[in-house]
Amino acid sequence: MSIYTSLGSVSEYVINCTKCGNCQAVCPIFKETLHEVGVARGKISLVEYLLDGKMEMTDGMADRFSLCTTCMACVANCPNAVPSDKIILAARAEAVRKRGMHPIKKVIFKTLKLQRLFDFGMKTGSKFQGLAMKRIEGKHYGARLRFDVGLGKDKVFPNLAAKPFRSQYPTVVKVANPKKRVGFFTGCMINYFYTDMGKAVVDVLTANDVEVIIPPEQGCCGIPASVNGDVASAKALAKRNLKAFEAMGAEALIVSCSSGGTAWKHVYSELLEDEPEFKALADKWAAKTYDINEFLIKVVPFNKEALGPVNRKVTYHDPCHLNRGQGINKEPREILRSIPGVELQEMKDPGRCCGMAGSFSIVHPDLSDKIADKKIADIAGTKTDTVATSCPACRLQLNSGLVNAGLNKDVLHTVQILAESYAQGKKNNSH
Amino acid sequence: MSAKEAISELIKALGKENVLSEREDLITYSYDATAVVPHQEPDVVVMPTKTEDVVEVVKIANRYKMPIYPRGSGTNLSGGAIPVKKGIVLSTQKMNKILELDTDNLVATVQPGVIIQDLNDEATKHGLMYPPDPGTVTTATMGGSVSECSGGLRGLKYGVTKHYIMGMELVLASGEVIKWGGKTVKNVSGYDLTALFTGAEGTLGIITKLLVKLIPAPETRKSLLAVFDDLDKAGNAISDIIRHKVIPATLEIMDKVTIGTVENFTHAGLPIDAEAVLLIEVDGYKEVVEREAPIVEKVCRDNGAVDIRVAQTDEERDLIWFARRNALPSLAQVKPALVLEDATVPRSKIPNVIKEIRKIAEKYNLMIGTYGHAGDGNLHPTIVIDPRDEDEVQRMHQAVDEIFHAAIALEGTLSGEHGIGIGKVRYLPLEFGEAGVDTIRRIKEALDPNYILNPGKMVIREE
Repeated sequence: MSIYTSLGSVSEYVINCTKCGNCQAVCPIFKETLHEVGVARGKISLVEYLLDGKMEMTDGMADRFSLCTTCMACVANCPNAVPSDKIILAARAEAVRKRGMHPIKKVIFKTLKLQRLFDFGMKTGSKFQGLAMKRIEGKHYGARLRFDVGLGKDKVFPNLAAKPFRSQYPTVVKVANPKKRVGFFTGCMINYFYTDMGKAVVDVLTANDVEVIIPPEQGCCGIPASVNGDVASAKALAKRNLKAFEAMGAEALIVSCSSGGTAWKHVYSELLEDEPEFKALADKWAAKTYDINEFLIKVVPFNKEALGPVNRKVTYHDPCHLNRGQGINKEPREILRSIPGVELQEMKDPGRCCGMAGSFSIVHPDLSDKIADKKIADIAGTKTDTVATSCPACRLQLNSGLVNAGLNKDVLHTVQILAESYAQGKKNNSH
Repeated sequence: MSAKEAISELIKALGKENVLSEREDLITYSYDATAVVPHQEPDVVVMPTKTEDVVEVVKIANRYKMPIYPRGSGTNLSGGAIPVKKGIVLSTQKMNKILELDTDNLVATVQPGVIIQDLNDEATKHGLMYPPDPGTVTTATMGGSVSECSGGLRGLKYGVTKHYIMGMELVLASGEVIKWGGKTVKNVSGYDLTALFTGAEGTLGIITKLLVKLIPAPETRKSLLAVFDDLDKAGNAISDIIRHKVIPATLEIMDKVTIGTVENFTHAGLPIDAEAVLLIEVDGYKEVVEREAPIVEKVCRDNGAVDIRVAQTDEERDLIWFARRNALPSLAQVKPALVLEDATVPRSKIPNVIKEIRKIAEKYNLMIGTYGHAGDGNLHPTIVIDPRDEDEVQRMHQAVDEIFHAAIALEGTLSGEHGIGIGKVRYLPLEFGEAGVDTIRRIKEALDPNYILNPGKMVIREE
């Protein structure tokens, strides 16, 4: 019985909520709406009503359960350590069981599940994106939708890559004397949009004598489905990814996306709790999954000798699912600080959610933008030219917010800045 | 005339975006932070954005004879925000603007929905502070904390909320708007309405604007932790510090049960065999702090402290207060729910009341951790319970009953800072006598004859 299969599984968590209201201090949704149902305590009270049979699941409840970025700030601020994120995810799964899936999401998740169709669509899309999207003049910032299809017309989306990342690389990227052989789980955003991020991961790993295996059969991590209660799709995706990596064999698995990391480290084991064979596989891979920052600090300490200077004034945004979800916040900063020429300047509240939260921004574009505005204001308060983060979804949101605010800053993954430094180091040595 | 009609009038007056009437929303206004009290869904929730909105709501409520429950962030611990008789919850959360920060007169003018911490953050920019700091300082609203007359950790030196209120604007049960007070330190015009409405728990009027006093923020501070193997020695040390003419900003105590629980959960290095620890902070100008800290240290030593740790760095200071801040969270981990009382006694009676509480805990076989603001006599006996265990809940109620009697017998009060609300209302005669309670009732009825404002709290209506 997992949170994805039964609402009853969270009843022990629910009873520990004393309604103290501390979640109000940190909830990004509540700060915007000021509605009690926005905050964890409010949603937990709805779950209590469901568990006590005082009310049936309604579409209205499902709507309210969708009002959460799962940023986990409330969990970190809860005196009773109530895992509100789990309670809300369980409620969303219950809503799908009782009321069915939101129609738009249904189509999206079904497509994600059918990897080949999805891949075809994204490749075709890259050719025709100009029809629907209007590029932003100037740098390669991305494009805005020409028509509002319910996603909001202001969000700046990255351009679809002409060739997906996984089509650009062989299955195994070899190095001369490998210290380790690792699998690279790319995730969709890196594969289809931010191929530069994927390239940086490969460059940095190979620069550190790590062989990189990129199984072509891997697909969507399944988080967009699992957080929206589409458990069947999430399970299918989890299994496919486990099989793909198990077949290739590797000493460790690298992710450079906070959702992907969460999926491999925590969610797959929970999702597959009822299927012992896959559960064992999920546990095995969870134990050897590393965020790229984590890997470069803890497993194969990155070579600092080969670094060249990079002139950037950087501020770092903590992705929720990396920071609170996986406890990784020191590692990216340590990497940034060790790059010669990089000046790290903290923004106010770097751990506050940027409001992207994957499909949350699709269902609640206005709220997502409002939450982003606060983050952008915090960034604007620093004297920096670059925003570093460790998550492609955050990168999209931050870039969109900065472009719309007229701020000219690069938004990069930490590993991209590290890759720049290695490239510069190489250049300096060859002279 | 139905609730439905009232709701459509409210929507007409305030706009659709400021009225919540779907059950999925109403459920979330059926509670506040109070444990083991009945919850109740309201008929409707309104979120006024200005004084005129509040007036409209009161007029409609009068027409439809629907009670109004003013609500801030719903963090109070006496059931004060629960809509016990259904009706209208009036949330002040959208009235959240700091209207003015007057650094010449040291007065801030705020709307009731401003979060206390937000005011303090603004004041800090000018080297000022608003001293009342309840545990909920990052969530509670100014309106709510003024209505409950919140205290907090700094009460001993800086006083409580009522010492910082200089004026108000308020909507009466009739819908009339009154205001009084201002930016002058001295003002004896009329009756002291500030004293009446601060701590009135929203039963006499709805606050729509507040003028509050700010003070210069202290330049520096010093913290220390003193360990005692005997409760009386700790108690003597508390009074002796005051006798030495030192008024610490904070003077906290944790009893043995609390120390053990905190240490178990945080591993902050607390002495688990101690009977009590005192956590003390002096603040002010550097010269003052350097004179006062050694006096406090010496007094603790002279009173038999077995160990004293003076924080030399910010990290050491943080560790001391980390332990104190974790008192409630640690106790909360023991069982699903906790009942947090705030019986208060003169500071000289602290050891007596802690001993009484221990006897009560033993008698009713309950775990009660006692900690709190020793310097001002305001303790928080915290009873951890599992609300599913009916027998335990019953024993808890009996224990609470005895704690109230013990506090009154020691010349104390039922509530130092949480308010009377619904939980303690039947104990009021203990402290006030019948005539006293009747006086309170007559004040209520003079201002709100139809019991339209927060009924069921503070005063029980005679049928």
